[in-house]
Amino acid sequence: LPTGQAPFGNTVAMTEPGKRDLGRPDDASAPPRRRRAHTTSRDLERYAGLFAKRTQVMRSSAMRDLMAITARPEVISLAGGLPDTSTFPAESFAAQMTRIAHESSAEALQYGPTEGFEETKDCIVEVMGAEGMAPDPDDLIVTTGGQQAIDLITKTLVDPGDPVVCEAPTYPGAVPTFSSYEADVHQVRTDLDGMRIDELEELLAQLARDGRRPKFIYSVPSFQNPAGVTLSLERRRRLVELAREHEVLVVEDNPYGLLRYDGDPQPTLYSLDGGDYVLYLGTLSKILSPGIRIGWVAAPPPVLEKIGLGKQAADLCTSTLSQYFVREYFGEGRWREYIADLVRIYRDRRDAMLEALERHFPEQAEWTRPEGGLFLWATLPDYIDTTDLLAKALRDNVAFVPGRAAYVDGRGASSMRLNFSASDDEELREGIRRIGKVVSEQIGLYETITSEHRITPPPDEGDDPGGEVVPLPKR
Amino acid sequence: MKVAVLKGGRSLEREVSLRSAARVEDALGEAGHEAIGIDVGRDLVGRLREQHSDVVFIALHGPGGEDGTVQELLEILDLPYTGPGVAACALCMDKVAAKHEMRGADIPTPDWAAFNATAFRELGAADTLEEIEARLGFPLVIKPASQGSSLGVEFAATREEVPEALLAAFSYDDRVLLERYVKGRELAVSVLSGDPLPIVEAIPREEDFFNFEARYEIGRTDYVCPAELAEDETRRVQELATRTYEALGCTGFARVDLMLGGDGPQMLEVNAIPGLTDTSLFPMAAEAAGIDFTELVERILASARERPASEATLPA
Repeated sequence: LPTGQAPFGNTVAMTEPGKRDLGRPDDASAPPRRRRAHTTSRDLERYAGLFAKRTQVMRSSAMRDLMAITARPEVISLAGGLPDTSTFPAESFAAQMTRIAHESSAEALQYGPTEGFEETKDCIVEVMGAEGMAPDPDDLIVTTGGQQAIDLITKTLVDPGDPVVCEAPTYPGAVPTFSSYEADVHQVRTDLDGMRIDELEELLAQLARDGRRPKFIYSVPSFQNPAGVTLSLERRRRLVELAREHEVLVVEDNPYGLLRYDGDPQPTLYSLDGGDYVLYLGTLSKILSPGIRIGWVAAPPPVLEKIGLGKQAADLCTSTLSQYFVREYFGEGRWREYIADLVRIYRDRRDAMLEALERHFPEQAEWTRPEGGLFLWATLPDYIDTTDLLAKALRDNVAFVPGRAAYVDGRGASSMRLNFSASDDEELREGIRRIGKVVSEQIGLYETITSEHRITPPPDEGDDPGGEVVPLPKR
Repeated sequence: MKVAVLKGGRSLEREVSLRSAARVEDALGEAGHEAIGIDVGRDLVGRLREQHSDVVFIALHGPGGEDGTVQELLEILDLPYTGPGVAACALCMDKVAAKHEMRGADIPTPDWAAFNATAFRELGAADTLEEIEARLGFPLVIKPASQGSSLGVEFAATREEVPEALLAAFSYDDRVLLERYVKGRELAVSVLSGDPLPIVEAIPREEDFFNFEARYEIGRTDYVCPAELAEDETRRVQELATRTYEALGCTGFARVDLMLGGDGPQMLEVNAIPGLTDTSLFPMAAEAAGIDFTELVERILASARERPASEATLPA
């Protein structure tokens, strides 16, 4: 288990290292838990020499230290990516698990097929059907969360140095996966309509001139993590066309598609393409539970076969117990209602966050207005580095994800990802108020420093005090 | 002995502190002591009162634990603790006060200027930046006055980079200092109960020298201990570091960081409670002197300040 660390991806800090001690003295019969003592600096040098090159691609230590504090209870964290599992009725969970224990104890505790149970796939077909897709169950493989799907696809397709294209910003949790397979990651800018397909075309043409072709284009087209933007229909069509023209695979990661709060649903890339060039990743994490770790891939049979071999090597099969739970849950037939509940709750929270931003963020800031999902993306004047800003915000007990985490190349330094699904309205408002305050302080300070530092004549009274800063349009 | 190990807290160096403490607790156990880890929070005083520890090992880093605050509490509770006392901690944590103290004691430290945010907001301090830049030259080091680690430490290569660097440093503290950059070798002298240990040299492996983050990651910086220096140079550096330790009133242990440039050694700062993790410099220096970690912890423990019962002592 990861200890004491809440990565900016989608996981929670499990145990703070300091808390492990609690209860230890009470259990006299258990042997004392021991950490290995006395690692010497020479040992470390020795291990350092053994590490694979790919392990070097790690997050900056500054961000790691800062993120460690976001897990403190007094901190309002808008940094996580967690759905609100407290909304799931505990009684039904108890009944479902009890039924499994009574009726299929031995099977539920056993290994399962690598590709997943047929019954799980039936549930997945239902979920995909809700977004207008009708996959052949044989084109599906059940994975240990959507994250494993990203890992398996990259493992299957990418040799060191192979180009991979993703959005800028991209899902922060995908960055370490791409890096660990030593992909050459190219990021294409996004705007309010999602990935800039014109820039993608240019990139593909430029790579083609160098005799290269990306192994795949990774996209979260709906309510993107982290930017909260959705790829327009026109761009969806064009993306699918481009994939065919260039014979490049598209990896469509769609964890939030069913969490739409307003606007019309968009067809998935998978349904537009028919599943030839688009690999589809789904997950139950955001519409049921991330704790059960159930995701899936839909892919053409030859690709699926390789992914299956990769999965076998990784973990043999996805948790049988979790799959039994999924079967029970979907069997009750209320899964759509639960999603409707979530949509109501998250819509209110999104609105609360947007209202608070309007009220508390200075005019130099801009942010996206997602029609669904869990996140929005705020951008500050470029002289503010949000990693440093997080340190200041933490003094006021509030946290967000610094934008740099969503880029492979150091861009994104003045942006931040804000999550609205995991806090209630009151926390959201207070959290945004606190962030707005530290942002305003920094802007004011910068203006003071630059206006005098440049030795320009002081502005007349009543002049726009923000004269040194080009105001960014508000969205 | 029953030893309370203070760790964690909510400083930005929480993670490092937890790692230091984990190692210290193990070593204490190894040496036959009873170690009780306390993640510092609102219940700290209550827990200390309940536990009746013989001594408190402070493994906290950064503001709160390293700046005299916790030490003050322990004085009031009349509990002996490791490391420097209240006044020394407060001096070391405040880089500006420490530099003034060094100047007063004729200890070389790079030229600097320091401001708080109010000076910029209300007193037109930005108006003096030009003079400061002319006096200190470029590149310029800009850092928060009170952080213990490299957080918020920025280099400005040109005038244009100064405002952003200031803003970044102000994110970590309300006071920042601008310091003349000393080109040279980066050295750290660990001082244990007034005696210098072998010098550690940090040699960044990457071409990007101005990347402070790299310095704390395995594989991105090479550490050499003892540093390859002529004997008389080693002595000179150690002697200066020890004088610095004394000038700031340190006791127990502390680590002095400095640059060895063309003009000889220039002291940068003193860490009142240096890191004790697997990758920390203090244990590395001790090891080079033949002191293993358990013995190091024992020695630090032995140096815990026995303080006289003060008037402020409260009933336990």
